[in-house]
Amino acid sequence: MTGEIVLEAEGLARHYTVRRGLLAGRATVRALAEASFTLARRQTLAVVGESGCGKSTLARVVTLIEPPTAGRLLVDGLDVSTADRERRVALRQAVQIVFQDPYGSLNPRKKVGTILEEPLVINTKLSAAERRAQAEEMMAKVGLRPEYYARYPHMFSGGQRQRIAIARALMLRPRILVADEPVSALDVSIRAQVLNLLMDLQEEFDLAYLFISHDLSVVRHIADDIMVMYLGRPVEQGRAEAIFANPRHPYTQALLASTPAVDPALRRKRIALSGELPSPLDPPPGCAFHRRCPHATEVCAREQPVARPFDGRAVACHHVEAVAEGMARPRAPAPA
Amino acid sequence: MAAESQAERRLPRAPRAESAAKPPHPLRELWYYFAENKGAVVGLGVLLGLIAVAILAPVIEPHPPHEQYRDALLVPPAWEDGGSWRFVLGTDVIGRDMLARLIHGARFSLAIGFLVIVLSATAGIGLGLVAAFFPKWADAGIMRLMDVVLAIPSLLLALVVVAILGPGLFNAMFAVAVVYMPHFVRLTRAAAITELSKDYVTASRVAGAGLPRLMVITVLPNCMAPLIVQATLGFSSAVLDMAALGFLGMGAQPPTPEWGTMLADAREFILRAWWVVTFPGVAILVTVLAINLMGDGPRDALDPKLKRS
Amino acid sequence: MALLEIRNLSVEFQTSQGPFRAVDGVDMTLDRGEILGVVGESGSGKSVSVLALMGLLPWTATVTADRMAFDGLDLPRIDAAQRRRLTGKDMAMIFQEPMTSLNPCFTVGFQIMETLRTHMGGSRRDHRRRAIELLEQVGISAPESRLGAFPHQLSGGMSQRVMIAMAISCGPRLLIADEPTTALDVTIQAQILDLLLALQREHGMALVLITHDMGVVAETAQRVSVMYAGQQVEEREVDRLFDRPRHPYAGALLDALPERSVGHRRLPTIPGVVPGAGDRPRGCLFAPRCRFADDRCADAPPPLEADGDGRVRCYYPLGDTPPGDRRGAAA
Repeated sequence: MTGEIVLEAEGLARHYTVRRGLLAGRATVRALAEASFTLARRQTLAVVGESGCGKSTLARVVTLIEPPTAGRLLVDGLDVSTADRERRVALRQAVQIVFQDPYGSLNPRKKVGTILEEPLVINTKLSAAERRAQAEEMMAKVGLRPEYYARYPHMFSGGQRQRIAIARALMLRPRILVADEPVSALDVSIRAQVLNLLMDLQEEFDLAYLFISHDLSVVRHIADDIMVMYLGRPVEQGRAEAIFANPRHPYTQALLASTPAVDPALRRKRIALSGELPSPLDPPPGCAFHRRCPHATEVCAREQPVARPFDGRAVACHHVEAVAEGMARPRAPAPA
Repeated sequence: MAAESQAERRLPRAPRAESAAKPPHPLRELWYYFAENKGAVVGLGVLLGLIAVAILAPVIEPHPPHEQYRDALLVPPAWEDGGSWRFVLGTDVIGRDMLARLIHGARFSLAIGFLVIVLSATAGIGLGLVAAFFPKWADAGIMRLMDVVLAIPSLLLALVVVAILGPGLFNAMFAVAVVYMPHFVRLTRAAAITELSKDYVTASRVAGAGLPRLMVITVLPNCMAPLIVQATLGFSSAVLDMAALGFLGMGAQPPTPEWGTMLADAREFILRAWWVVTFPGVAILVTVLAINLMGDGPRDALDPKLKRS
Repeated sequence: MALLEIRNLSVEFQTSQGPFRAVDGVDMTLDRGEILGVVGESGSGKSVSVLALMGLLPWTATVTADRMAFDGLDLPRIDAAQRRRLTGKDMAMIFQEPMTSLNPCFTVGFQIMETLRTHMGGSRRDHRRRAIELLEQVGISAPESRLGAFPHQLSGGMSQRVMIAMAISCGPRLLIADEPTTALDVTIQAQILDLLLALQREHGMALVLITHDMGVVAETAQRVSVMYAGQQVEEREVDRLFDRPRHPYAGALLDALPERSVGHRRLPTIPGVVPGAGDRPRGCLFAPRCRFADDRCADAPPPLEADGDGRVRCYYPLGDTPPGDRRGAAA
């Protein structure tokens, strides 16, 4: 049961200009383009994709680490780009992030208690005793024993460090939590514990999750909605159940088919994709996926498809209807 | 599931520990790796002995260092012909006890080395952090300046600085500190740049940390390993360079019993009274060797790639 | 005669906290052309055991085994020179991080030809021709131009293909792949696994695939060995193990997979943590975390025993008569 909308993104884009050496001039890397979605309390939107798809850039833009080059980002109805300094501080507290690497996301030279209290030290005027009380309360909520307060990160396992990272992210009681591959680096059994924890905390604190992952089995379990990205653009977006049951974009289909499953009944017929993932520095013309797509035609090599509604979700593909009906005649893939 | 069809059998068990038995204290682990290097342990022992000597100088001195015994000029060491146990290591040309001067010289050399390094490191670390945090406008300027400093031979540079400021202990210390600064700047900058790319720095930023906090509280403590090693090695170089300046008459001025200055006074007695020259030289040698040996220890102990568990 | 025969392999490391047993009594038997999957979480010893087999462990490790034989050759007894002739030629290995497994200072062509130069005779031209052949075999387009590329110019998938090319260059009879696709994207992972299987079929190589990803093992291996805290806890044919695991840890691990909890909110978890250096239980290593453990489990470690078509290390494997029905069962 989702609540009020806490995050709105309209056409978010993020470009970088890169120098290509002394003589080659500048190039524009379009790391993110046309990302639009809404997030409500207690909702989990999963962002799925492989390297170079722009999901990490999206995480940084939503967490206000980097400003969007284009598009609008509204947190709690407030436009991020027009916010003054004071409002920006408040906005910062509303969105927090948990990183992928449990071994790099905690300061190795600080005790757990210090790490947890840092956001409070910076943003509030609580006394040392009050801060400690809050830190210990949060530690209990994420399942850490109180004596861990005085220990250093390297004394903990990956799963425990992720708990510490989650606890730190929640210290300021944010409304939105961006989780950037939070369980990818963890073992299977620990993954399950941390996922359960995230779901419990979401209910307890009414959190909205932007859950970034490349692991579709995890996404299937935790997500309400999914946004599949390829080379910086969303290619398919909608309710998770619908997309898992019937992926409509050729890339989504290939992605689902490539995910290994233990249960033979869950395995899909392999759609072999040729070629490598394209680099954002050198994007293919037209649809970014056309060189690897079994259904590509000339229009795909020329024009960028725009996301449009189809079968209850948004798909960015020129031939989505034909693909759906299984009638698109697969052409030989264009030379890579 | 097959598992659920079995009756569960519980054994009375202690509350499960979430983590392993309490890991060793970081200092203990540090000592384990440090102690593997026997040379480092010996060096540390000698250095601690020297520090003890320096601290206890007024207590253990056989004579006051400035006291001139007119009746005992250039007395050889006790085990030579003509020596006596009154002056164990002999006396110099104006009758001052060598042993007492050496003991007090330890104070000077160690204190000087320490202060020079502290000065150099503080300024160097500050500049290094600024260079790392402001890559666009400060990095190039600072690094090029450091390159210039490094291009000039260190002793020559120190002499130039002292020539400008005038001879004297504090000016010499300042000069040597300037000479060592680029090493600290480079190390700090390199370490800080590596740390800046890590997630925990971003996490602190997201929590709202401002620049000063990021520099000093978040990043700097993680850069300390190479800096500690550099400081340890720089200590011995500082002692040598101060002695060299003293020898050239640009550092501590007589009658200060600094080992290098003592060497300067004794040049003319190399053949006549070898003990006036040799003992200060040996003192410098032993100190520098001890520090260098000891300096290997922290490097092995602090380098995470060499860790084994 | 089996291609690979390992019995009772153990590896002990010297650490600042005393000796640590990373691998404890592992058995491994592999026939020609067979695919064995080794599954486990971190700390299970799966990588250390194959590194011990290849002779790639640091000096702080002590390797002991009742038997460690490759094609009849007793590995602990041969000298270093013989070992070097084997490694890379008959026994090859590929690693997890393709970006760092290749030497960044040398071109791809140089590194492949280096392997050929070390183990095979022939002229430089022969080696070059063979290198191009190999790059084609592993699916790299325009192989002649790639010979001069440096590792940092290649993507993760391409680097892994180069690694595979190096590994199969001398026609090994055994290929060990240590988490070969963990660092790769999903669609690239699928390509690399298909490639490995195709090459394995074509060359009749035996393949040992180490991974923590159960799905990969399920789709790739014929037999699978599950490891926990340095010990083997179960080994049997893949389909049978995933369908009806016998060891409680294997069962719990499978239950924890999200794909088995579709429709349920919470995922089943395994309480507790893997025992570390300081708190190894006296009896079964999994007993402190096992729902079905009793005093017998806590007192004495169960041996690895034959069990149907495989092996299991448990006093009360899943699916046996419930302990409550046994004679004299205590409450």
